[in-house]
Amino acid sequence: MVSREARFLATDNIPALLRRLGNTYRVFAPVKVSDTIVLFQEFAESAGLALDEQTTLPPKELLFPQTEGLVSYRYRKDAEDLEKSEVQVEETLEAPPTIIFGVRPCDARGLTVFDAVFTDGQWRDPYYKARREATTIVTVLCTQPESTCFCTSVGGSPTGIEGSDIILTIVTGGYVAEPVTEKGETLLQDEAFTPAGDKAGEAGEAREKVSVERELELDGIAEQLLDIFGTDFWEQVTAKCISCAACTYVCPTCFCFTITDDTTGIEGSRIRTWDSCMFYLYTLEASGHNPRPTKTERYRNRIGHKFSYHPTSYEGMFGCSGCGRCIKVCPASLDIRQVLREAKAHG
Amino acid sequence: MDNSGNPFLPDIGTVGKVIHEAPNIKSLQVVLNDQHRMQSFRFEPGQVAQLSIFGVGEATFVINSPPTRMEYLQFSIMRAGEVTERLHQLKEADPVGVRGPLGNWFPYEEMKGKDIYFIGGGIGMAPLRTLLLFMLDNREDYGNITLLYGARSPQDLCYKEELKDWEGRDDMELILTVDREFPDWDRRVGLVPNVLKELAPSPEGKVAVTCGPPIMIRFTLQALDGLGFKDDQVITTLERRMKCGIGLCGRCNIGTKYVCTDGPVFSLAQLKELPPEL
Repeated sequence: MVSREARFLATDNIPALLRRLGNTYRVFAPVKVSDTIVLFQEFAESAGLALDEQTTLPPKELLFPQTEGLVSYRYRKDAEDLEKSEVQVEETLEAPPTIIFGVRPCDARGLTVFDAVFTDGQWRDPYYKARREATTIVTVLCTQPESTCFCTSVGGSPTGIEGSDIILTIVTGGYVAEPVTEKGETLLQDEAFTPAGDKAGEAGEAREKVSVERELELDGIAEQLLDIFGTDFWEQVTAKCISCAACTYVCPTCFCFTITDDTTGIEGSRIRTWDSCMFYLYTLEASGHNPRPTKTERYRNRIGHKFSYHPTSYEGMFGCSGCGRCIKVCPASLDIRQVLREAKAHG
Repeated sequence: MDNSGNPFLPDIGTVGKVIHEAPNIKSLQVVLNDQHRMQSFRFEPGQVAQLSIFGVGEATFVINSPPTRMEYLQFSIMRAGEVTERLHQLKEADPVGVRGPLGNWFPYEEMKGKDIYFIGGGIGMAPLRTLLLFMLDNREDYGNITLLYGARSPQDLCYKEELKDWEGRDDMELILTVDREFPDWDRRVGLVPNVLKELAPSPEGKVAVTCGPPIMIRFTLQALDGLGFKDDQVITTLERRMKCGIGLCGRCNIGTKYVCTDGPVFSLAQLKELPPEL
């Protein structure tokens, strides 16, 4: 990322840009759908854009849909022998070219957790991988962190570029756009982007000014969580949890899923659906045995996974991007920052 | 499993022989429909596969025929839930989905030259069967082979035909036990861990491989410890609810390890490094 590649995108030019891109891509951008809810929706000029606040849900659903078909199947009876049947199975994979405009750095960084697990591991997830490759992430850097933001505590930054293809910095009259990847560079060829000139300097200064206090000291947390695994800390901390799983639903890094079959008549679809480690059924075995039978073991695993197991397996990368949504949505006011602070202090 | 393709896309196989092993256990012998896939199917003893009934779902089973006998892939299924209920309804010539091989395998290279002591209970005999047959097919690589196998009752013992064969062999020893007295049962009576204590095999030069119901495994591990077996001389296999089988869906982890990809085979030494969440 060097400044000579910087371009300027006037606010007034954004609708036309997204409209043009809509000819080639599915274009999603944040839309205010009610007083309190902002969601990524397919761009429509009439809806207007809500680029100045955090979306209620992260954009992960566009790369990892809440429900998606993996394979389709169809049974066929043998006309000669009705006792016999055969089944045909086909992969169902759709990955149309997509642009997600107005992503936040924490959510873009959240995708790098998916990348590590779904595309860079021993087994590759062809569905996520195809969508990730077909998607361009246009990120708007933060200017006004919220009280729940803690990206800097988990290695991120309000001006971070990880997971993004283009970053936009707010300047007078619009945004300075800078490419992070080849995909991003391609998009910047559109006529809506003009030479940045002096704006590039203004963008640099603007980025300097933004900061999110690093309120958690997480050095050694991976080992500490193992050390307190068998203590009563977890029972205390989860006393108020109601196992609703809202925290996993809004999380930009939670990737757990289940697979079920959905059949109508002689054909159907094997579908993947978001699942949650906070649910009893998630680990319930057919024998009736459940290795994580209560919310205590389940929450311990959730925190353990994000702050001990994941960083241990993936070179220190936390399974958390500090977006703070789980703090906002928890009906029992469980604050993951407080849990981590207490975990560090325990024993 | 070839990991260049789509790991969620099952192969289609056809059920051959169905064997009624025990009142709630059947074995299915499956051949993949695609001849080339069947011929190129490579797996290691202890690896598992996901069987599917399209419209019901998938479940994980060890491939309990050894890679040295590739006429078919055999799976033994205890009726326990929805998928196993439907797998029990399958009959010869029915289609079934197969996704595999998945998971790790028994460290049979490191076990070469050692005496092998198998300790199985009920359906837990399935993974031991793979390794036992594999070792019998590579007999000169291993020392003495002993199998202690128990079940609740004589009819709950699996692989009855093979038990006769193993009984007759002079290159292995077979000890059978059931939990209590039964008419016409002239073998041992007693729970597997108790019989193991009576037999009191010396740990010298041995590797113990055990699989069975969780309660049996727990007391067997205690018994082995009491006999002086070190943690790296004891190998077992774990079960967990699984969905993807490839370390992505999240549910089968114990700490950093996923039973589906890092397991199902673990030494006791490895298990003791994990958080206690069995």
